[in-house]
Amino acid sequence: MFISINQLNKQFLDKNENAATVLKDIDLQINKGEFVSILGPSGCGKSTLLSIVAGLTEATSGKILVEDKEIKKPGKDRGMVFQQAALFPWINVLENVMFPLKKDMSKKDAEAQARKYLKMVQLTNYLDHYPHELSGGMQQRVAIARALAMDPEILLMDEPFGALDEQTRTRLHGQLEEIWMETKKTVMFVTHSISESIKLSDRIIVMGTRPGTVLTDIKVDLPRPRDAYKTEMVEIENHIMSYLKKEIDKVISEEQNHEANI
Amino acid sequence: MKPIYKRIIFFVAIIGLWELGARLGLWAEIILPAPSSVFTSLYNGFENMTLVYDLIGSFRRLFIGLAIALILGTSIGVLIAKSKTADDTIGSTLLAFQSVPSIVWLPLAMMWFGLNDKAVIFVVVLGGTFVMALNVRTGIKNVSPLYIKAAQTMGSRGLDLFIRVVFPASIPYFVTGSRLAWAFAWRALIAGELLTTGPGLGYTLRYASDFGNMSMVIGVMIIIGVIGAVVDQLIFQRIEKSVARRWGL
Repeated sequence: MFISINQLNKQFLDKNENAATVLKDIDLQINKGEFVSILGPSGCGKSTLLSIVAGLTEATSGKILVEDKEIKKPGKDRGMVFQQAALFPWINVLENVMFPLKKDMSKKDAEAQARKYLKMVQLTNYLDHYPHELSGGMQQRVAIARALAMDPEILLMDEPFGALDEQTRTRLHGQLEEIWMETKKTVMFVTHSISESIKLSDRIIVMGTRPGTVLTDIKVDLPRPRDAYKTEMVEIENHIMSYLKKEIDKVISEEQNHEANI
Repeated sequence: MKPIYKRIIFFVAIIGLWELGARLGLWAEIILPAPSSVFTSLYNGFENMTLVYDLIGSFRRLFIGLAIALILGTSIGVLIAKSKTADDTIGSTLLAFQSVPSIVWLPLAMMWFGLNDKAVIFVVVLGGTFVMALNVRTGIKNVSPLYIKAAQTMGSRGLDLFIRVVFPASIPYFVTGSRLAWAFAWRALIAGELLTTGPGLGYTLRYASDFGNMSMVIGVMIIIGVIGAVVDQLIFQRIEKSVARRWGL
């Protein structure tokens, strides 16, 4: 197994020093080259899970192995794209993409590598622009190029298109799918959009909330691009919805109980 | 009407009324000399080079003092941003120092360095250091955690992370700190020069005052005000604005 998440637990201390369980006994195996979505309502811990895989957050217990090596710290084998592009505003697009390459290769090689990935996201005409001069969608494409430029085995994406408008998001879905097929990266894609996950993934891990657990693991076996398979996609969507509806009801009823107790 | 025209009309009116009042003898020349006498004083001052030497002298002290203040302020700022212990001890003292006008250090400075340039430069340094340190500290502490996380996933940590991400990310605060340091240093400089020896704008102002040359006093006041406003608005506020725009603030 390429990525192996075993018995992972994560607890936070809330302000009253009570332990709140965010992730409970997560077990997940991901194959090399697979596009896996982590889908769930807000608060199910899906972003925390991704953050632990990235090495930015420590797990309370359990292990994550990538090719049998345990993950403890962030590393260049795992590129990450956040919901906000997180580009550095003081350097231009090309320099942003060169950022992770500077220590490992000569300036010339780094530039060539950065140009290659900026070409892949079709931003060759914006190399000397600064982040504030780009639209949200373009910024996110630079962020994707930046993550890819260090040629990681794994691409971690935390709701990367969540802050974009519908049309931009649809265009970027297409681009991401092409890039994925071209680069054959293993992708972990966190989202709360059911249709987004169906459109993009080989597998969808549906997560429930309070505590965050894996509800089900759904294989999406449709040819790509999937725009021609609307009926099948709606079927899967309904299937996932039946799982999530219970979760959403649970959240709502908890909130109502909470209000009643005040 | 454009603001610039309003401004011009306003100044012409003020100076006109002022000149008119002085010509009509509504008040004595020693109380408030006419703008034309002020202008003559300024003209003579520049022609016989005294004001030029004053400007050179003042700016020399200012640049030395401000440079030391910026370097020292940045070092202290970085230290208290990075070390909790330093922040709890030095950091809490800084605010107290900052609220003391730096000119009150002059008597001590004169004991330490004598009645000379060094004493004035010392006061200028104190004027700029604390405000720079406080801004640098705020800047470093306010670096978006997202930038840091992003850099970490790209293999940056430790000193590399500080130099390539934390430091540039807090540049807007460095600029604001420098602007405020300049403003405090400029005031401290003039105050210090009033009480020490020349050449320098403050010294010439006091010298003119001792000889009842009020038109020169006003002339020097105008020079001080114009330089202060020009440096602040034309240099620092422009840099501040363009930095804020690019940094997305």
